[in-house]
Amino acid sequence: MTAVVINGERHDLPAGATVEAAVAESGAPEEGRGVAVAVDGEVVPRGQWAGTALRDGQEIEVLHAVQGG
Amino acid sequence: MDVGFEIAGRTFASRLIIGTGGFRNLEVMGEAVTASGADLATVAMRRVDPTARGSIIDVLEEAGCSVLPNTAGCYTARDAVTTARLGREALETDWVKLEVIGDDRTLLPDPVELVEAAETLVNDGFTVLPYTSDDPILARRLEDAGCAAVMPLGSPIGSGMGINNLYNLRLIVEAATVPVILDAGIGTASDAAIAMEMGCEGVLLASAISRAENPVAMAGAMRLAVEAGWQARHAGRIPQRLHARASSPEEGVAKLGA
Repeated sequence: MTAVVINGERHDLPAGATVEAAVAESGAPEEGRGVAVAVDGEVVPRGQWAGTALRDGQEIEVLHAVQGG
Repeated sequence: MDVGFEIAGRTFASRLIIGTGGFRNLEVMGEAVTASGADLATVAMRRVDPTARGSIIDVLEEAGCSVLPNTAGCYTARDAVTTARLGREALETDWVKLEVIGDDRTLLPDPVELVEAAETLVNDGFTVLPYTSDDPILARRLEDAGCAAVMPLGSPIGSGMGINNLYNLRLIVEAATVPVILDAGIGTASDAAIAMEMGCEGVLLASAISRAENPVAMAGAMRLAVEAGWQARHAGRIPQRLHARASSPEEGVAKLGA
């Protein structure tokens, strides 16, 4: 099991889970269209989601566009 | 008259850029964006909300509007740079409206962090449109950093106070070799017209439309104001005079009685 924080909330993901799994767990739309991810403050490009394994304690931010000035 | 303008080699038919913050819902936003005629609309980057209905990207696409991600909510150059990179990743654009705020009471820019973030993002290949104070020296520093435009505030974000320092804005317009876009503080149509008459190349506003009683009607008013201001600027206004100057002939006036 890998315990991570996704958008401020703790989630327990299966061992070896990748950024792709974290995006799915966040409730982002299918295939993460219009979504971007930072792990511990560093952007992870979409092409690397499936190949980037997560470690215990990492903080993942899954963002999308909303109304804003 | 050509009313289109160019930023970093991209031409826009409308000189009004619309901010999408503050609308009651996406339906009203979509109608207002269409009524405004804007070709470019800002969006913010926030955590995914699984309960949210509808996609702002779809609504803007339908309105024929390109998306300009902002870095609203960032207080440091570091956060702004990361947020800009997230916007680029999510929305597949290297354009960014750069905001680095100094405090949450005034929402005024932090000039030191702003210049640092602008330099980093320009070096990283971004087209940077910085929201800045109405400070001519800071505007010059941002232009020197390679920003594609400078976007001075008229007055604080959402204040609706219009343009507080016409003198500074004149100095910024006079010196700039990139487009000057008045960003923030617009309250009503005349404020937008004045910005354009002063020589701004465009106006960016959100609250003046989104928080108006009738956002769609105000969006139409802003479209007309920006166009009117631009056309008046280039039509060559008459000088201001202390005394009157008759417009009817002073010769040939009839002698009637006394």
